[in-house]
Amino acid sequence: MIRVQEEDFDLGAEVALLKEGRTDIGAIVAFLGTVRDRGGAVEEMTLEHYPAMTEAELARIEAEANARWPLQASLIIHRYGTLKPGDNIVLVATASEHRDAAFAAAEFLIDYLKTGAPFWKRESGPEGHRWVEADARDEGAYARWKTTKDAAE
Amino acid sequence: MRLLYFAWVKEKTGVAAEEVELPPSVTTVGELMDWLKTRGPEFADAFARTDVVRAAIDQTHVRHDARLAGAYEIAFFPPVTGG
Repeated sequence: MIRVQEEDFDLGAEVALLKEGRTDIGAIVAFLGTVRDRGGAVEEMTLEHYPAMTEAELARIEAEANARWPLQASLIIHRYGTLKPGDNIVLVATASEHRDAAFAAAEFLIDYLKTGAPFWKRESGPEGHRWVEADARDEGAYARWKTTKDAAE
Repeated sequence: MRLLYFAWVKEKTGVAAEEVELPPSVTTVGELMDWLKTRGPEFADAFARTDVVRAAIDQTHVRHDARLAGAYEIAFFPPVTGG
């Protein structure tokens, strides 16, 4: 399931909802991304996105994870708008029979989301504002899954 | 054709969305960026380093050599930084 929203979410409530009425799930992995203040440099973070593309891209990423691992449920929630240090940004949760698939799929989802989902972060602080630059490590984390897939083919 | 700009590409062009008529010589995303550069200093600045500008055609990521034929909406933006 995909949700793109301005309002906050609750990790516990979302995980409870994911497993509600289910007795076949043996493992749930949840990744929660939050705003960090980088030692006081960030007072506010604004997330811009491309609404028409965001949901399509997240759905594509989620379908890819479900094609690779035997997941019983998955959830991606991503916020947009103006956030403060400590606020939730993103939740990725995966459920499977065994932990291996849940761990791998959760990591895959956040790696793919970071390089593909059309969101842009702008930080504001005492020194003004700046657009966050893409981190080369995110490209590396993404490329790792490409290699794994190619090797398997 | 509808053009959209996001993040610092939008800040630099000063435009979020617009409808444009393209000259027939513009057939790829790369050619479109080169054409946009000629539309004034704001656009020249936004597209000064086309290697760092990403593009999507009809909400799908594309490379700069992608053809525009049949496209409805082209978006330009910096590398994504969500998550």
